[in-house]
Amino acid sequence: MPDALLSVHDLACARGDRLLFKGMNFALNSGELLLVQGGNGQGKTSLLRLLTGLSSPEEGEVRWRGEPIRGQREAYHAEMVYLGHANGVKDDLNPVENLRFADGLQGRAFDEARAIVTLERLGLSRCLDLPCRVLSFGQRRRVALSALLLAGAILWILDEPLTGLDIHAVALMEGLIRDHLSAGGMVVATTHQALNLEGVIVQRLLVGNVAIPELAVD
Amino acid sequence: MYRFLLAVLRRDLTLAARRRGDWLIAQFFFVMVASLFPLGVGPEPAMLARIGPGVLWVAATLASLLSLSRLFADDHRDGSLEHMVLSPEPTVLLVLGKSLAHWLIYGIPLLLIAPVLGLQFNLSWEAILVLDLSLLLGTPILSLLGGVGAALTLGLRGGGVLLTLLILPLYVPALIFGAGAVDGVMAGTGAEAHLSLLGAFFVLSLMIAPWIAAAALRVSLE
Repeated sequence: MPDALLSVHDLACARGDRLLFKGMNFALNSGELLLVQGGNGQGKTSLLRLLTGLSSPEEGEVRWRGEPIRGQREAYHAEMVYLGHANGVKDDLNPVENLRFADGLQGRAFDEARAIVTLERLGLSRCLDLPCRVLSFGQRRRVALSALLLAGAILWILDEPLTGLDIHAVALMEGLIRDHLSAGGMVVATTHQALNLEGVIVQRLLVGNVAIPELAVD
Repeated sequence: MYRFLLAVLRRDLTLAARRRGDWLIAQFFFVMVASLFPLGVGPEPAMLARIGPGVLWVAATLASLLSLSRLFADDHRDGSLEHMVLSPEPTVLLVLGKSLAHWLIYGIPLLLIAPVLGLQFNLSWEAILVLDLSLLLGTPILSLLGGVGAALTLGLRGGGVLLTLLILPLYVPALIFGAGAVDGVMAGTGAEAHLSLLGAFFVLSLMIAPWIAAAALRVSLE
């Protein structure tokens, strides 16, 4: 436990008067994937937001490298990247500009060649100079995933990363997650879709009290 | 730190340049409100000069309110606000950068239009100069305090109206000292006292408002 990079201690989360979960404990080390499962409205997104530090827990705490994230916001955010339901992609900018500003806001120098390679790898080579407004939902999601890759963070927190992606992109995403984990990264993700993640250490966490059938993870 | 501030600024300026319609609406609103008064109260030059400074200042505060409700709302809707708050840099800098960008986009054009409208109100050149000086000190106050209101009302239904009710009372000191400075120079008592107080109010807003707005933003995103 003390060695775990990310750990959660007696976490409780409430939305208004309703207690979503309490007494949650888990630890995640580098190279591991945590799959958060649970029905709609059981608190998966709330848990992920607690992990990012966007919201604060009712009880308990989230620790990064053994220290509560509350006290080391800047250091934690430099090593963590979050992709929520919304993509954080500006409609008026083209994909490259989106990545440029994303890099600037993270305090990194922008490497345009690398950004273009990443976008092409995600199948956006024909959309590089189009404003994101005209891209499809799935394409905008791909822009957001490119930003995720360029962030170079250790911990990825992904809320339904596969929403709106076609089967090629899902396969690509599985590959990206595998690469990230084998390079020593960590992923916390929620998904309702089956994932093919051979050779990956997967932890499962069921949020809420509604048991759902085991997702087929081969 | 400066790189982050610069990145926020460049981002907001680029976005404003892409949506020039949004940007022009506030300026047109300013011109419209200020031009309606001479039509309403009649064309006597003495009366217009008497009410001119106050009318122009009220129009400037209303024009800045018009654009403030979208200061954080657009970024909130597409999720980029969360990304910015999750950046390793302090949220205070984010708020400061966005307020500064708001001032550059909406405040500076007011400074350029105001002298023309001042002529319409039969203000002397000296009064117009002081009017612009008071707007130069005063419009950043509107952007800074407005940032607090925009952060507090983020994500609320009917947030725009609530923002108006929350922020207009806070604008009162800027309005009094701003319009007072022009009145002072026209009455021959000088504008220094009013301008100094306006400057003090600006420094005070600069020191306090970004911190309150950053805290409000974190609460609104929770």
